[in-house]
Amino acid sequence: MNDNGYVRPELVCPAGTPAALRTAVDAGADAVYCGLQNETNARNFPGLNFTPAELETAIGYAHARNAKVLLAVNTFPRAGEFAMWRDAVDLGAKLNADALIVADLGVADYAAATHPNLRLHLSVQAGASSPEAIRYYCGQFGVKRVVLPRILTVAEIADLHSQIPCEIEAFVFGNIGMMAEGRCSLTNYVCGVSTNMDGVCSPAADVHYEEDAERNLTTRLGRYVIDRFSAEESAGYPTICKGRYLCKARNEPYYAFEEPVTLNLSALLPDLMRAGVTALKIEGRQRSRAYVRAVVSAFRKAVDDIMAGREASLASLVALTEGQRETQGAYRSKTWR
Amino acid sequence: MRNTAAEVTLGPCLFNWKPEAWRDFYFRIADEAPVGTVYLGEVICSKRAPLFDEHCGAVVDRLRAAGKTVVYSTLSEVTQAIDRKLIEAVASRQDGLVEANDGAALPYLQGRAHHIGPFINVYNERSVTVLARDGARNFCLPVELPAASVGALCRATQDLDVTFEVLVFGRMPLALSARCYHARAHGRTKDSCRFVCEEDADGLELRTLSGQPFLAVNGVQTLSHDFLNLIDRLKVLRDMGVSRFRLSPHSCDMVRVATAFRGLLDGTITACEAAEALIGLNLPGPFSNGFYHGKAALSRGPHEGRAAGLQ
Repeated sequence: MNDNGYVRPELVCPAGTPAALRTAVDAGADAVYCGLQNETNARNFPGLNFTPAELETAIGYAHARNAKVLLAVNTFPRAGEFAMWRDAVDLGAKLNADALIVADLGVADYAAATHPNLRLHLSVQAGASSPEAIRYYCGQFGVKRVVLPRILTVAEIADLHSQIPCEIEAFVFGNIGMMAEGRCSLTNYVCGVSTNMDGVCSPAADVHYEEDAERNLTTRLGRYVIDRFSAEESAGYPTICKGRYLCKARNEPYYAFEEPVTLNLSALLPDLMRAGVTALKIEGRQRSRAYVRAVVSAFRKAVDDIMAGREASLASLVALTEGQRETQGAYRSKTWR
Repeated sequence: MRNTAAEVTLGPCLFNWKPEAWRDFYFRIADEAPVGTVYLGEVICSKRAPLFDEHCGAVVDRLRAAGKTVVYSTLSEVTQAIDRKLIEAVASRQDGLVEANDGAALPYLQGRAHHIGPFINVYNERSVTVLARDGARNFCLPVELPAASVGALCRATQDLDVTFEVLVFGRMPLALSARCYHARAHGRTKDSCRFVCEEDADGLELRTLSGQPFLAVNGVQTLSHDFLNLIDRLKVLRDMGVSRFRLSPHSCDMVRVATAFRGLLDGTITACEAAEALIGLNLPGPFSNGFYHGKAALSRGPHEGRAAGLQ
């Protein structure tokens, strides 16, 4: 802890591709997280992620620059299909990944039993939000860090910190789903592919845009209309939990779950750093290198400023948020709920 | 193949019914429904739990007197201290089995027999093994696990002393959130909700902008608009090794639903008769095969359901 009462947090940044990984490391990431090109990770999108050879090179690049690589193996294998997850865990161990990010009880158990020296982080997909649940994972599998679900206030995080034997990683910026992580089957309901089992959310292959004569744009996922935008509005990607719907309690269409906004906790950074958060996580493995560079650089500077007792400025980040609209989500106050 | 007797079970009521209606529902289940196990407890919102306290003892007594096994279900999500307290209170009960629906319940249950509910992610044999080590004996599987994987799971765990349960009737639980969508629909927040969820006995319907029925909101939970109905898959699931078939309570005639499922298991009625018995329940949504085939529940289920004469 420094004189200002802060523990220097690790900045954990997304890497959807080897190029993004190098960009994040060069921009000041303390750690990057990434996944393999299959359903073993929760961002199993076309064109993203790493081959085993790319992962090996990437780990070498990061380690040479004092950055860590965290391998996400954070989906839930179906019965009888455990081998792919087992191979991913073994590969992470073999290539000296600095930690594996796991969610499934079975995957965690396999990793702990087979590679006792491999550091385990509990993925946000495990949905462990209480001291009891987190202590369970620590006791069972020796988990060293929990990535917290985005459902707690900063005060609740501070309270939690004193009650668990592991580090806390918290999301500070990026796209937020509205549902508790690891507990959402909405994509599967509409598209037939599962977020938990296949690592897919609102797949691009099922997205359709239709423009009418007045240039109103309708967005669909599968057969279902998710939102409709007038020519003046900027259209969002059709994610079920950010769509507009009709219900008997409302006269007008409304965002039944959440508006298309981006989580931006830059204003709460000092509070989070005092709450005992060890690692600050930036979402966005699906985002471009330019985005990664801008966000990582801005957060690098902000963390360094706060540690040095300077005012942190993150105003430039607003331009990168979805529709230039941001939220502090659950973190600021209970009224969000 | 496990040689466990097949049982129809009644899952926890997911909705905020009036306490007297809740009590009377369970009294009738006790007296008339051919179910073996009844899961009791508030699974969705800790604010609702005290509403049922005054009737809980009488309901438990009546169910047990009728020969039912009562299993206490825990809350499915923890955000606040009140949620933790509720989980502790339920998971610490010694007067019956407990079904864990969140990892927060697991430490209280280690070392004694318990159930794992559908809100804990158990998709594979190694997860079952981990939990069975600590005393888990029955697993109600996540609703999205397709039948092929259910079968694989049953086969891969034959050496373990565990049973499997699947949801076969009712709106499908699809998501949980920290935010209350019932309150949001009415311009309120979770803290200021004034229990507006009590207005919708089977959930609050959401339609798309083109008017298609889509989802149903139940407090912090999102459910399918369609009703899962796997009565025509009962035998296949039974042959795979599933021994418990869970009905999720709705405002329709659940005794009739339970009687149809039980009758088909016993062979006292045919599959056709069982399916016909479920017609005319006056449900607020069509039937669906859900995730049974591992395909999109919504796009395929309802049509198949109609083709099978279920709607």
